[in-house]
Formats: sequence, structure tokens, C-alpha cells
Amino acid sequence: MDKYFVYLGLVLAVIIFIPLYRILRGPTLFDRMLGAGAVGTKTMVLIIVIGLIFNRLDMFIDITLAYAVLNFIGTIAVAKYLTATKTRGRR
Amino acid sequence: MTWNFILGNLIVSAGAFFLLVGSVGLVRLPDFYSRAHATGKSDTLGIILTTLGLIVHEGLTLNSVKLALLLVFVGLTSPTGTHALTRAAFRSGLKPWFAKDDPRPRSCPTEADDCPLDDAPEPKDDD
Repeated sequence: MDKYFVYLGLVLAVIIFIPLYRILRGPTLFDRMLGAGAVGTKTMVLIIVIGLIFNRLDMFIDITLAYAVLNFIGTIAVAKYLTATKTRGRR
Repeated sequence: MTWNFILGNLIVSAGAFFLLVGSVGLVRLPDFYSRAHATGKSDTLGIILTTLGLIVHEGLTLNSVKLALLLVFVGLTSPTGTHALTRAAFRSGLKPWFAKDDPRPRSCPTEADDCPLDDAPEPKDDD
């Protein structure tokens, strides 16, 4: 049964690399930020699964909460900055 | 192999499937707004289902309470972040993509990444 979470972690580690295409080759800045947010969301799930594999779920949940707060604040800050500075579909 | 292991693993697998759907939509769809539509909802549903499956897997412990707090927090903040980013894009003048305005053939809509975003001239890199 522990094998299930190892395989799930491997699948998530592959899924994380798919939005990197959009980060590297997004036409606008907003696409890149959207890809960064998607990578952050998938990283949160991967951190919880790693905590289950290592049997230290209590510690890894706290790390995940901190990561969720950082991801949210980063997205909000970049959205606020891009609203303030009128980028017109800037690359 | 008890019932909560099987049910939890099923729900976690469904969440991983939705995370995969969100990633594929982020790569395949033609413009920013449809990409935000794909990844905003699918990723939120994926992480909610994954956390819910782990709560079922854990049972009633302190860890499952913390996972429930994480579920509530992510369910509130992930759509808010996507909405703020989309509103910033709309207010800064990013035009949505329409299929009828695109001169390219319908068979390769993802090639719309390479065309200019609107009719305005390209902004100069002055800052």
C-alpha cells in the first residue's frame, strides 16, 4: 500500500513539468504567472505525498500551509503590480 | 486493506487526474483567458479532491484536521488568485482570442501563440 504513494509521487513529478512549457514560452507575462501558480499548486500536493511516504505528515503539512500562503501572496502581488503598470500584452 | 484505504486512494487518484487535465489545458488552449479557465478550476478541484482523499485515508486525527484547514484555505485562495490575475490582464488591455478573427486555419489553433495579441502596435521596450 505504501507503493501507491510512491507511484503517485512519480506521476505528480511528471505532471509538474507540463506547465513549465507555458512558463518558458508564454506569449504574455500573465501566461507565465498562470503557469507558475499551476506549478505551485501541484508542488503542494507533491509535498503532502512526500510526507506520507516518509511518515512525517505532521511536519510536511505545515510546510504545505506555508507554501500555499506564499503562492497566494505572490500571485496577488504580481496581479497588483501588473494592474498598476498598464502593460499592454507585454511579452 | 480496509475500506478507508481503498476509498481514499480512489479520491486521490481522481484528484491527480484533474491536476493532469489542468496542466494539459494550460498547454493546449489558445489564449490567456481560456488557459485561466482551464487551470483555475481544474487545479482547485484537483487539490481539493487530493486533500479530501488524504483525510479519508488518515481517519480522525490531528493531521486530518490540519488537512481540512488546508482544504478550506486553498479552496478560498486559488480561485481568488486566478481571478485577480485575469482581472489584471483585462484591465491592462489584453484582448480575448476569437476563432472568427483568426486568419489561421482551424486545424492548428494552438499556433495562435505566435500571432500578435491585438491590432495595437508593439509597445516599445523603454523601461
